[in-house]
Amino acid sequence: MTETRYTKDHEYVRVEGDVAVVGVSDHAQEALGDVVFVELPAIGAKLAKGDSAAVVESVKAASDVFAPISGEVVEVNKEVDAQPGLINEDATGRGWIFKIRLADAGELASLLSEADYAAFLKTLA
Amino acid sequence: MSDSATLCTPLHALHVELGARMGAFAGYDMPIQFASGILAEHLHARSRAGLFDVSHMGQAELVGPDHATVAAALERLCPADFLGLAPGRQRYSQLLNAQGGIVDDLMVARPPGADGRLNLVVNASRKAIDFALLESNLPPSVRLTRLDSLALIALQGPSAVAALERLEPNGGLAAMAFMSAQPIPFGRFTAFVSRSGYTGEDGFEISLPADEVEAFARRLLADPDVAPIGLGARDSLRLEAGLCLYGHELDETIDPIEAGLAWSIQKRRRLEGGFPGAARIQAPLADGPARKRVGLKPEGRAPARDGAEIVDASGAEIGRVTSGGFGPSVGGPIAMGYVASFAAAPGTPVSLMVRGKPLAARVSPLPFHPHAYRRG
Repeated sequence: MTETRYTKDHEYVRVEGDVAVVGVSDHAQEALGDVVFVELPAIGAKLAKGDSAAVVESVKAASDVFAPISGEVVEVNKEVDAQPGLINEDATGRGWIFKIRLADAGELASLLSEADYAAFLKTLA
Repeated sequence: MSDSATLCTPLHALHVELGARMGAFAGYDMPIQFASGILAEHLHARSRAGLFDVSHMGQAELVGPDHATVAAALERLCPADFLGLAPGRQRYSQLLNAQGGIVDDLMVARPPGADGRLNLVVNASRKAIDFALLESNLPPSVRLTRLDSLALIALQGPSAVAALERLEPNGGLAAMAFMSAQPIPFGRFTAFVSRSGYTGEDGFEISLPADEVEAFARRLLADPDVAPIGLGARDSLRLEAGLCLYGHELDETIDPIEAGLAWSIQKRRRLEGGFPGAARIQAPLADGPARKRVGLKPEGRAPARDGAEIVDASGAEIGRVTSGGFGPSVGGPIAMGYVASFAAAPGTPVSLMVRGKPLAARVSPLPFHPHAYRRG
């Protein structure tokens, strides 16, 4: 059973066991426009919730990707390094950015459910 | 969402209808990008033809008793030779402050067959300042009239001439040379057309009545070669073309020589001076300026943005990035900035400070993408 949760900064977290896949939401990629560069975190980096973990650059601007939860980076997506446009094509699939080993699974409760995130997006429109 | 103070161009409703993502620029609610996105729009303008709404820019005319009087009035504020501007020709220049700093950059056209008239196009963000500066410096016989009832569009790219000729086959458009300007009849109205633009491509800027522009834009967009282009791609196109954007490469502290615009100061003006800040400008023309605008090419794939520090091998700051991003036709990151003249030679290795880390880059010749102007 996988569950995807979201932050108000438009990151998503998909928990797979004790590891979570992190990326930016489809709404975020749409708002960013064409992504041309992704700065990935270092494998082994220890991140606290809210730390700047990665940077996604579109033609126009650079945007921080914040760690939605605390933990250690265990894998980065080399595919988006080579093809940043994957974030536009498939933000929540092949366009994932990094995987993090959860330091505190309890932090997940502070994130938005899919339904709560959809409701949050409506407040932005 | 636009607040009540936000201005709209006459094409605003069409942009919204076409699904543009709108954003504020110089007080106007403008299309930043359309559905296909900045990369696709950029490449379309390079390969076919892009339609740009630039109606937010300031259009005005200077009218006086004869060409010599009007040209002399403008030469008191700008370093270009307008006296020698032939009928039907256009020149790029700058309005200068007393220190030779750039108040704005502008296009000046001398319409054929109208003695004593010059048409001006200035930047949207500067028009109030520019027009006030002009008005307070004109002799009584020369009058500035704002042309706020006109729209301005640009059609840019290799297919621009064919697309425009399909609307007006007998207008002589194909024969126009780069930087020429003339009235062209398009049925119900006559447009003032120049063969110029700000993308590095062949193309036209078309000044026409605001109440005709939407119908005209729809006719152009019906051509399969023509796509609407937003300000996002306008910026990446001009950056690849090595062209200055006011507020980035140009401001009141920068003079035209530092900005690499000496080519726009013709010989008579260099010798005679007679424009604001002439002393500051004439000396570096001879000796070279202390800093220069250059192209910068990061060696990796990370872009450096406006404001990034430029440092030398020892980490000492030697300048700042003024525009930076991704060049879709170049296929990689590009930037422009100012560096100390000793570091301005193409190939000079420098570092750009991005998120606290030095990004290896080299000074690059400009433009990044070759110009495709139609030379006469």
